[in-house]
Amino acid sequence: MSQRPIRVLIAKPGLDGHDRGAKIIARALRDAGMEVIYSGLRQSPEQIISAALQEDVNCIGLSILSGAHNVILPKIMDLLREKKMDDVLVVAGGIIPDQDVLSLKKHGIAEIFLPGTSTKAIIQFISDNAGSEKG
Amino acid sequence: MSKIPIRQPEWSKLKHRWERELLDPSNRLLPQRQEEFTSISGQPIKALYGPDDLENFDPKKDIGFPGELPYTRGIHPNMYRSRLWTMRQFSGFGTAEDTNQRFHYLLQQGQTGLSVAFDLPTLMGLDSDHPTSTGEVGKCGVAIDTLADMEILFKDINLESVSTSMTINCPAAVIWAMYLASAEKRGFTWDKLRGTLQNDILKEYIAQKEWIYPPHPSMRLVTDTIEFATRHVPQWNSVSISGYHIREAGSTALQELAFTLRNGIEYVEAAIKGGLKVDEFAPRLSFFFNAHNDFFEEIAKYRAARKVWARIMKDRFQCQDSRSCMLRFHTQTAGCSLTAQQPHNNITRTAIQALAAVLGGTQSLHTNSMDETFALPTEHAATIALRSQQILATESEVANTIDPLAGSYFVEKLTLELEEGCWTYFKKIDAMGGMIAAIEQCYPQKEIQEAAYQYQQAVECGQKIVVGVNQFVVDEENNIDTLYIKPAVGEKQLKRLGAVKARRNSPVVRQSLMDLRKAASADENLMPFLLSCVKAYATLGEVCDQLKQVFGSYQEPIF
Repeated sequence: MSQRPIRVLIAKPGLDGHDRGAKIIARALRDAGMEVIYSGLRQSPEQIISAALQEDVNCIGLSILSGAHNVILPKIMDLLREKKMDDVLVVAGGIIPDQDVLSLKKHGIAEIFLPGTSTKAIIQFISDNAGSEKG
Repeated sequence: MSKIPIRQPEWSKLKHRWERELLDPSNRLLPQRQEEFTSISGQPIKALYGPDDLENFDPKKDIGFPGELPYTRGIHPNMYRSRLWTMRQFSGFGTAEDTNQRFHYLLQQGQTGLSVAFDLPTLMGLDSDHPTSTGEVGKCGVAIDTLADMEILFKDINLESVSTSMTINCPAAVIWAMYLASAEKRGFTWDKLRGTLQNDILKEYIAQKEWIYPPHPSMRLVTDTIEFATRHVPQWNSVSISGYHIREAGSTALQELAFTLRNGIEYVEAAIKGGLKVDEFAPRLSFFFNAHNDFFEEIAKYRAARKVWARIMKDRFQCQDSRSCMLRFHTQTAGCSLTAQQPHNNITRTAIQALAAVLGGTQSLHTNSMDETFALPTEHAATIALRSQQILATESEVANTIDPLAGSYFVEKLTLELEEGCWTYFKKIDAMGGMIAAIEQCYPQKEIQEAAYQYQQAVECGQKIVVGVNQFVVDEENNIDTLYIKPAVGEKQLKRLGAVKARRNSPVVRQSLMDLRKAASADENLMPFLLSCVKAYATLGEVCDQLKQVFGSYQEPIF
């Protein structure tokens, strides 16, 4: 029985426009055989959740470098729970100090990928942890 | 008796002998560490450079003297011997009071110029109370909503005696209007104000991605500021044509250089089209480059920058004023080179990068803080960064002589290669119809993205090393102090904004906004209208919205 490839939404929440990392990861995930949708810049939590639902993704990767992660990421997680999308794996990265990582994980973000994380490690984590429908 | 220089064929013969008799046996005994050596940008680097690399090199034509064409060696005859570079640390966070405090602190610690970092809402022309500003207020820079904030930002600072650089792009004209209005209110005359507005919208489409309006109306805002500065604020650098962000987005050194200078060409053409004579405004164009890890490549880049810009201004635009041909630049050490792993190593990285900038003849320099992979700099980290510059300036003795690396076969060759690369890129972009056309075709964006991906691949396969990340890795728990912006900052800013809105004269605000909109639909210089708006305490968001009604919004091409 073949498995549907893992579908990932790479999203840029908030006003931050730094997309170097997000785009590299999107490409690396595609090269690894995943289906990747890139949200574009400056997406609201609602837009991200709506895209995730529409695209029926297994994983959302949130990239945020603006320092607004403590406000915006929990909002996204709340919306996710509201829409009963608890089976979607959520990971995040960007500029996030160590002291905020624990609280973000408590909100349900599975892993925070800090600067210096290899795309290999991210691919591995998503492969291991994102569910995918059997086709 | 004059010395006869060694002729090329003779040198090649000597070099072949050296390779045959010494280098090749040495390589057999002790093989090279890598198969190929490349610069961080991927340029192949040879074991040895010599006269054979500078075959048609003419010192008079190619490097000359500092202070005159081609300016390779520096734009002033005396460079750092009379005046060191400006130590200008990029700062801003929280409210205007918080940032004003940091400004005073850094000035007390010996920095010699100011540089303002604004928060994302401000950078995007949004007020702190806009729905999309939630969580962002004061987080990556200072929140500026109205003239009231600007007045606090520069409290007790003599704007006639210290220069101010403001890193702001799509709403730059509005923020500049606030700066000019607050200076005027405090009794400073505009002709004495020295400073720089980044105001480089082209690199936003290419790299930093902070935009509001589409390219053509955005260029109008830039040329309006250039014209206004030319007429009314003569010591002001109306644009800081930037490569820093292009490099941070992942470009090579050559792309950083070529795209920046080509953006410069686009601005010069636009200003001339707008009715200005090139020598009226060109002396006040300025530049901003990255200081990345590859020490010699960066030094060569700055030298090539001066040489290429001088040629452009002389040949392409027929400048008569020598100041129009002088590339003056600020440098910032590479943020993207810093690591979250073993962050104290960032101090070392920054110092090496700063040295490259100084040996490259920068006019102004910002050194990054070690904690910036986590947050904005703490006072402690910012002080160390400033001290790096001060140690360079006073202890290393590198500022004793001008352009010390001139004549190095390696550095001169690298300089020539970067110069040649620029002309190739210019030809390509000219053929596309110019930089705006190239941006619409996503050309520079794709070039940068590809370079960024290649570099990431090189790091992940170990071809390029990052200490602490793919070599000398330790299991660590980070205990460094980082700057934390409290939620109270956002609340305070909202209160202040509310108070300003409550006490201002609403009909005057409305009228000024209406006048602005009318002028935006015509082709008048918008600066006087922006000044009226900000003086009436119209908010940044209100002003930018009015312009949006006329200019429209930019849609990001996704590829």
